[in-house]
Amino acid sequence: MFYRETGQYKTSYEADSSIFPILQDRIGIALMLIVAFVVIPLAGNDFFLSSIMIPFLIFALAAIGLNILTGYTGQISLGTGAFMGVGAYACYKLTTYFPDVNIVLLILCSGFFSAFIGMLFGLPSLRIKGFYLIVTTLAAQFFLEWAFIRVGWLYNYNDSGAIEVPERTGFGLVLTGPSATPTTRYMVVLCLVVAMTWVASNLIRGRIGRSWMMIRDMDIAAELMGVRPLYAKLSAFAVSSFYTGVAGAMMVFFWLGAAEVESFDVNESFSILFMVILGGLGSLMGSFMGAAFIWILPVLLRLIPESFGIDISVATLEHINFMIVGALIIFFLIVEPHGLARLWKIAKEKLRTWPFPYA
Amino acid sequence: METLYNIFIDPFVQMFGAPDFLMQVLWEGFVSGTLYALIALGFVLIFKASGVFNFAQGIMVVFAALTLVGLYSLGMPAYVALVLTIGVMGLLAVSVERLVMRKLVNQPDIILFMATIGLTYFLIGLGEFIFGGEPKKMIADELGLPGGSMDFEVFGGVLILENRDIAAAVIAAVLVAALWFFFSKTRIGRALRAVADDHQAALSVGISLNQIWAIVWFAAGIVALATGILWGAKSEVSFALQVVALKALPVLILGGFTSIPGAIVGGMIIGLGEKLFEIYWGGLMGGGVESWFAYVIALIFLLFRPQGLFGEKIIERI
Repeated sequence: MFYRETGQYKTSYEADSSIFPILQDRIGIALMLIVAFVVIPLAGNDFFLSSIMIPFLIFALAAIGLNILTGYTGQISLGTGAFMGVGAYACYKLTTYFPDVNIVLLILCSGFFSAFIGMLFGLPSLRIKGFYLIVTTLAAQFFLEWAFIRVGWLYNYNDSGAIEVPERTGFGLVLTGPSATPTTRYMVVLCLVVAMTWVASNLIRGRIGRSWMMIRDMDIAAELMGVRPLYAKLSAFAVSSFYTGVAGAMMVFFWLGAAEVESFDVNESFSILFMVILGGLGSLMGSFMGAAFIWILPVLLRLIPESFGIDISVATLEHINFMIVGALIIFFLIVEPHGLARLWKIAKEKLRTWPFPYA
Repeated sequence: METLYNIFIDPFVQMFGAPDFLMQVLWEGFVSGTLYALIALGFVLIFKASGVFNFAQGIMVVFAALTLVGLYSLGMPAYVALVLTIGVMGLLAVSVERLVMRKLVNQPDIILFMATIGLTYFLIGLGEFIFGGEPKKMIADELGLPGGSMDFEVFGGVLILENRDIAAAVIAAVLVAALWFFFSKTRIGRALRAVADDHQAALSVGISLNQIWAIVWFAAGIVALATGILWGAKSEVSFALQVVALKALPVLILGGFTSIPGAIVGGMIIGLGEKLFEIYWGGLMGGGVESWFAYVIALIFLLFRPQGLFGEKIIERI
């Protein structure tokens, strides 16, 4: 009734190819942005901001990164955790050498390091595909994990072997370190994530993104039609690792405050992969939904028994969480392989014809 | 110059300087190679018959071992617990086939693969939920696995072979022989190979896909149980084993996804190579190289021979 494109005429090519061609979608996105930028910082308390919203946004960005590689280019990767680590360690080293440079700039720069490493480990993808590629990304995962432990230079040879975030300022505010307020950190993360999502959506709609999707759908046919697999695959690896690297750097600098190699282990890779699968392969919206789902489900699971006054230990909840996530993965793959994003789309379709679905 | 010497000459000098130690290292490598090969075998079984890359093989190993230890700790005799565990693995196989595989027939491989990752997570949660997350001791003595060790005099030194490791190698060999017999000489084995060749053709001559898949998952479950017992006897039963089990992937790469001899040879190459590299070259790089050596070997190997040592050549058509 109110969600309908009827009567919205396009008079220019730009209008026709805009990201949100329907007015109601534009309003919806604007509302969401207002909620994210204004309502949540004003209404949310520190716990909500720093333990739910910040990690959610960071994981969403990492999921977008993996989605570019797995969902759009069809190259499955289990090295996401390590690429996040590369971003984090690169940013840590950069800020050690350039303490006065704005930390946001350094975080973006660290993305280039992880993009480079990602391309390096993406090279075998030119010759191999599918399951075999999993092994090369696992090689990246375990090799980099080892490097994070053994190469003392990466964590400035400190005794704990962990990287601890120093206090850094930018735009006249304290952005990182213990004295940065959750609201500041949230706003920085939000701005970065929104900007990078916007860039990603345009990349995907453009020439590069279309070549990625052609490679995914049928690589030989794409090659015959003039898509160069070398450029398409390596650019996918580079962009994807850039995103995951920035997410990793943000994870340490704006959320955790200190990190060891365990923060970037293979389980991290799995949980990001789950966000992508549950959210929807090949969907940016899905990356956000998947991240929200995987991140918020355990929080909810903790709250539900509490509200009924049942006492369940944290460990048990963790196990139940694992079981639910595993079962849901299988359930989604059987029922809706395109994930939550597809459900969202179906809901929108239904809304378009509501209240007269047969008219 | 000195670096070059350290890399190319010194390790070999060490090797030939102390051949008894070299023998010991090779034996250790052989034993861990056997275990990698066993895990890889479970992967190969399922991949051959259904084209599914079963990521859950590693956790199935842990799950089987935990069930065995758990049942024993309830007060059952070891062998009763063993039989019951086989039953549990059978149940698992049937339910996986019923609830997961059957619903996903004809889906792209990658979807099936991800479903097995989901299964992995489910089994991790279930295993920890039932048995708890702390490491447990495998009931090796109760199952009649020999303890102690044998000493041999070689090259003026002593070579120590743990009896349990010898038993592991023997059991693995027996298991492989039994599987080979099952695959090539029995009726069900022939049906399995038919399914592996072509699902539709197999269906049209009256082979039940569902039944075959349940059998294959059951066989993989038994291999997992054997692996779990042997590995558990070597160290302990814990969920960390699941990450170690990922090493079966490079083994598969080397051997090819569809080849049982390949899994064994691949396991040996990885096991031996890893130990040799760790002992003789690892020190140069700060140690702990075992965690990634296998993957890097597989990566280099892939660049030259993507189908593995014994795998079938992949021919692509549009």
